[in-house]
Amino acid sequence: MNDWHSWLFWPDSVALSIFVLGVLVLLFLYAAREPMHLVIHSLCNLFTQTSRFLSRWLFLAAEKLQQRNRSVLLAHGEESAALLIDREFARVGDIVRKDMQDYPALQRKLLEEVTRIEEDYHKCGEVPPPPPEWVDAIESVSQIKSGGDMPRKLLEELNKSIHKIHDKTVGEYRHSYEDRHKILKGMQPAWRSVDKMLGDIDKKMVTLHGNARLIDGHMSKFESLRARNDKTEHALTVSAFVQLAIAALVMVVALGGAFVNYKLIALPMSEMVGASDYITDSLKTSDVAALVIILMEASMGLFLLESLRITQLFPRIASMDDKMRHRLMLASLIFLVILAGIESSLALMRDMLVADKEMLMRDLASAAPPVSDSWLSNVPMAGQMIMGFVLPFALAFVAIPLESVVYSLRTVIGVVLVQGMRGIAVALRFASVLFKRLAKVLELVYDIPIVIPLKIERWVAGFRNHAAAPAAVK
Amino acid sequence: MLLGAALMMSSCSDSRVHSQAVYMLVDTSGTYAQEMNKASKIINYLLATLNPGDSMAVAKVETRSFTEKDIISRVTFDTRPTQATAQKRAFKAKIEAFSNSVKGSAYTDITGGLIQGAEYLNETRAGTKTIVIFSDMQEELGEGTQRDFPIHLDGIRIVALNVTKLGSDNADPRQYLARLKHWEARVRNAGASEWVMVNDLENNMQSILNIR
Repeated sequence: MNDWHSWLFWPDSVALSIFVLGVLVLLFLYAAREPMHLVIHSLCNLFTQTSRFLSRWLFLAAEKLQQRNRSVLLAHGEESAALLIDREFARVGDIVRKDMQDYPALQRKLLEEVTRIEEDYHKCGEVPPPPPEWVDAIESVSQIKSGGDMPRKLLEELNKSIHKIHDKTVGEYRHSYEDRHKILKGMQPAWRSVDKMLGDIDKKMVTLHGNARLIDGHMSKFESLRARNDKTEHALTVSAFVQLAIAALVMVVALGGAFVNYKLIALPMSEMVGASDYITDSLKTSDVAALVIILMEASMGLFLLESLRITQLFPRIASMDDKMRHRLMLASLIFLVILAGIESSLALMRDMLVADKEMLMRDLASAAPPVSDSWLSNVPMAGQMIMGFVLPFALAFVAIPLESVVYSLRTVIGVVLVQGMRGIAVALRFASVLFKRLAKVLELVYDIPIVIPLKIERWVAGFRNHAAAPAAVK
Repeated sequence: MLLGAALMMSSCSDSRVHSQAVYMLVDTSGTYAQEMNKASKIINYLLATLNPGDSMAVAKVETRSFTEKDIISRVTFDTRPTQATAQKRAFKAKIEAFSNSVKGSAYTDITGGLIQGAEYLNETRAGTKTIVIFSDMQEELGEGTQRDFPIHLDGIRIVALNVTKLGSDNADPRQYLARLKHWEARVRNAGASEWVMVNDLENNMQSILNIR
């Protein structure tokens, strides 16, 4: 490379050699101008066309993908809304069924209360006192025209009787009023009971009204989903992003729990499957076994929640008849309890193993054993056991965020993919424009070194034109 | 899936590749017999460090050491940690009994001990094999003992511990250096994978093993 003198025609005359070489190169470039321009144009055209084609294809693919995402998203949204409406209807149905079931009894009770009130009301009616009998007697006495003191005596006797009868009548009248008051007092609980029953009915009606309003809301949402407008799609997409973020956060927390769980059982698992078996260079069989136990717990939790219809990741489980679903639920729960029991005992074994190893280390170091007669030293062991039993159940609930992740991730990936494809398509489109312009730029760049021959060419062409013009005139 | 399971099974069965085997030679000749306390500490360290599934043997270096009778104790630890702990306790008890009754030998046959150790280690089929020599590395062979032939220590780590200086070394340190050089050259020529010397037993104990 350093021996550039070999390029020189006359090594002794460097300047002359370079000049001649330069002239030759210029001549070559000038001669090759047209084919080179063609090559530049062809290459740039090729890149332009390819970029445009790819860009167009990506735009179309993104469009199709977006349509597909949209239909999936709306279908899922419709399904969710329908499920909500279904549940709300079920709630209303339950309320109505329950109330309708109670209604005959309530009606009977109300009728009884009303009859009782009516009877009591009739009993309370004021009975007019009988017409006084002494009025007829006085009239008879007044018609006696003779007899001396006879009428006077009769009247006196009559007066006495009247007083006596009056006292008796007044007494009976008062007694009758007392009875009516008692009856009225006895009617109070009946009124209260009727009032309470009517209040209950009112409350139920309010609940029903609330449910009806909820159903109205869900129905309007469902209608907007059916309408398939952009606003709904946007709302569903944003909802999917939010769902993914929340579910991912919960999953991270659950992963932390799973890690603690793993640490609890990894050491004691070596007692079962051996501590010296390796699957890969750094992966112990006992570690994998511990991981499998945790994954089994998560799976059982998933099946439990599926059979409870809390999650719906497996359509086959969701479509099972209630009897089979109940059996599956029971089986999952039993397995989960067994696994939790195993884990709890493994946690106990871990504590024993650690204590045993610590004791061995003390023996080997000829150190005195620690004095620990306090019940506090058993607290970590109890804590480990409780954690070992509780964590599998806590881990079972990971199925809920998992379902959210599964459903929302599809939407999110779809959106990201569409945006990515569109971004690349725009970049390719921009590149195609760039290549189109680049052809002209490269052409001009090529012409710069051979500007002198080009000027000469133009000058000669101009001279010829000038020479040819008078001849043509002649 | 079946292939994956088969591969997993086959890799599980080859568990010895990940295990360690240690053969410790303890020099009991002359004044070195008094160093048994230090040797016990090293053995305890090895017991504390080795894992279930590993193997360990302790042998004494005597007048003629190429014999299994010189092995004080040997064990391959169970894969279950609880059993391995019990085995370690039993091993320690044996070593303690030996250190209480150790008697000095007239000669020091290190080469014989190395050959015996290599034989034991190869039998264990462990992934990492180490011979630990607790000696001043001054070999003295008795009459009729032939050790001047090539030995084979392929893939075995050799760790020389507590290589004390002799009285003559103090007068002429070249003897000490030449002795170490001789042994290093010998074990390397025999195919040893590594030659390590540890004199600072307080701070450099972890160099004895290739801890995973």
